[in-house]
Amino acid sequence: MSARARLVMFLAAALSLGVLVLWAYGGLPDFGHYRGPYGDVLNAVSVPERNITDVVTAVNFDYRGFDTLGEEFILFAAVIGVAILLRAQRDEEQREASEFAFGRSAPRTSDAVRVVALSLAGPTVVTGLYIVAHGHLTPGGGFQGGVVLATALLLVYLAGEYSFLRRAAPLSLVEVCEAIGGGGFAVIGLAGLIAGAAYMENVLPLGQVGQLNSAGTVPLINLAVGLEVAAGFVLILVEFLEQTLMVRLKEPT
Amino acid sequence: MSLYPFIVAAWLLFVGLYGIVTSRNLIHLIVCMQVVQASTYVLLLSIGYRHDAVAPVFAEVPVGTPAVDPVVQALALTDVVVGATVSALLFAMAVQVHKRSHTLDPARLVELRG
Repeated sequence: MSARARLVMFLAAALSLGVLVLWAYGGLPDFGHYRGPYGDVLNAVSVPERNITDVVTAVNFDYRGFDTLGEEFILFAAVIGVAILLRAQRDEEQREASEFAFGRSAPRTSDAVRVVALSLAGPTVVTGLYIVAHGHLTPGGGFQGGVVLATALLLVYLAGEYSFLRRAAPLSLVEVCEAIGGGGFAVIGLAGLIAGAAYMENVLPLGQVGQLNSAGTVPLINLAVGLEVAAGFVLILVEFLEQTLMVRLKEPT
Repeated sequence: MSLYPFIVAAWLLFVGLYGIVTSRNLIHLIVCMQVVQASTYVLLLSIGYRHDAVAPVFAEVPVGTPAVDPVVQALALTDVVVGATVSALLFAMAVQVHKRSHTLDPARLVELRG
């Protein structure tokens, strides 16, 4: 199809979609006048029912926990897909950079970058863990904290070389963390069945409002999700770096 | 005034779709897809917004204070992280396409090869 024909076809389709969007907008509440009811119900019951002060986390890991499990598996599948797509293909092999550029080494990372990256790595880990652990109290949780934790390993890479990252986060360990995180969420859900309630029901003691060890299963699920998200992002990072730095076409023998 | 966020959402949707249709580079195409995805965040969050209300976190304000809708925020938050990994998957596909075909232009990827 010529570019012109494609554009004409798109404009026709966009016009009809535009009409539908306008029609749908007609049924929306005015901006700033949310009509409810679900958000208001959840805002009212989350603290008295579940001792969770961050209602967004209550929705994600308790009231709507089963959906979040599905979304977590999308993340898991996407990470596995990246790992499979970026493995060395039949006509490729992995080699250390020093093997195919003999006698030439990559320029050293500048001292300023190393100092900044290394001094940020520790605080980033602490911040990430804090955000994961306090998900049920203040804004945060496994998804956000997991990404922050993965950033710490990116800083390790920036501070040194690729081999540093591989030593700081061995691939087999990252893969195990990814699996434990993904499976952990599903297994915590089983606690509900064991206690004779529904799958994913929050059956653990709810504790005191505002305490770290409150909200039943929610902090545990946050830990599992944080582990999975952090491991998933590190795995993606490692796979792309390996693709760029190490995977090369086999030399004809 | 009260329509601005909805206009932004529709603009992002259509400008992203236009980019996908006319794209001559797979990387550009994936970024356009992220723009379309961003329109869903803007739309979701503006539906749940409420004037003069607090964030749905009751750590320091009493329960019952008017707050915005937590459901759309929960949807947007998981979607941001999942969307990032799905984009990584698409970028990985683009890497392999470039290796096999030595091009990233979708118009030149017309033949199937075994």
